[in-house]
Amino acid sequence: MRKLLPLLLATATLLVTACAPIEPWVKPYEREHLADPIMAIDPDPVSSSYMDHVFEVREGAKGATGGYGGGCGCS
Amino acid sequence: MKTVVWQRIAALALLLGTAAVHAGVLAEDRADVMYHRYQGGGITVQGPSVLVRKKFGESFAATANYYVDNISSASIDVVVSGASRYAERREQKSLAVEYLRGKTTYSASFVNSEENDYKADTYSLSVSQDMFGDLTTVSMGYSYGKDHIGSSVDPTFADGIERRNYRVGLTQVLTRNLLASLNFEAVTEQGYLQNPYRFIRFVNGPGSYALGQEVAPRTRTSNAGSVRLKYYLPWRAALDGQYRFYTDTWGINAHTAGLEYTQPLWNRWVFTGSYRYYTQNGTNFFMDLFPRPGYQNFMTRDKENSPLQTHTIGLGASYEFPLGFASSFIKRGTANLHVNHLMVNYSQFRNLTNFPPGTAEPGTEPLYSLSANVIQFFVSFWY
Repeated sequence: MRKLLPLLLATATLLVTACAPIEPWVKPYEREHLADPIMAIDPDPVSSSYMDHVFEVREGAKGATGGYGGGCGCS
Repeated sequence: MKTVVWQRIAALALLLGTAAVHAGVLAEDRADVMYHRYQGGGITVQGPSVLVRKKFGESFAATANYYVDNISSASIDVVVSGASRYAERREQKSLAVEYLRGKTTYSASFVNSEENDYKADTYSLSVSQDMFGDLTTVSMGYSYGKDHIGSSVDPTFADGIERRNYRVGLTQVLTRNLLASLNFEAVTEQGYLQNPYRFIRFVNGPGSYALGQEVAPRTRTSNAGSVRLKYYLPWRAALDGQYRFYTDTWGINAHTAGLEYTQPLWNRWVFTGSYRYYTQNGTNFFMDLFPRPGYQNFMTRDKENSPLQTHTIGLGASYEFPLGFASSFIKRGTANLHVNHLMVNYSQFRNLTNFPPGTAEPGTEPLYSLSANVIQFFVSFWY
């Protein structure tokens, strides 16, 4: 039981905190670096989709190339 | 035949890449005009691409893209089949619309691609959602594609492909300097999945070979998962690392790893350098030389289905030019040059260019490799 106690405590803490709203751990005013254009996930869609095409034509693999589903919430 | 690949990429780029990067706020209005050129392995492909994106109020946006490939090909496949250099043109038009409501972005797109022996239409839907104080963006997407395939050498040939793509993505702010992106995509394809212009070869008597039609399964399902990390370095530079694993029901397993470094300099310039490594094994039914015709149900000698490795080195430069009098209607403008050098090494596919049947013991010809240069020059405007 003694060994289980920390585990039970951890689980209980997790359950309690899971109900609380999640506090953003990177505040909006701390996102200056993420908002820099050099940090854009896909800065040039015309170019990245073209390169994806070049590779897919010559290789067997495809998909999950990213660019989509992005978002750093830094706008 | 290149349409197959391009359709899906165009749909993805239009539908998701341009819009969802900053879900919660629609991306800025922009226009891109590009000239692209690929040269290598006996093939030259070049043409323009024009993309225009415009917001209507704060909730709606539309993106249109017009893209052309002018192809001149005497690739190893063309040469070995005995055909002569050919030229063709492919045109692609696409339109995407987005609607932002609260923290949710809904998107729909249509892509049409046409060349003389291939026509393809793709319809896509997606939704992305910002959550947890905008630290997390989750997205889902679905595409349906229908291809109509013909043959320039056999006017009676007609077949098709039906394709469905399922995508989920997650982008996460990890620290004030680090972004992570996870993506997963499953693709199911049904129909004519081989290439009417590619041939297998088989042993045809002692010391010689002959060519025959390849036969591929009529279904293929693939799964790909990728992870990407982008880190802001203290001296204002960015480091981007990516890895992707791919597996499919034809037996291909592939790994892709990439690293890119971005460095702004002298106020108006941004330079990038990148390296990408790719490796795959071959499909279960690939052989460079089959022992006899009809050796097994499915047979291919498509080099894209063979074991191969690709190394790619890329350099890019972007210059933000002064706007002068245009600053009243343009926010920002850049001129960009990207150059990539590809080296593809095939570990089973052999180079038969100088070895027609009867000139060498089949299976002893040198292995094939190709190198190619890819150039993109484009001008971008944000307004």
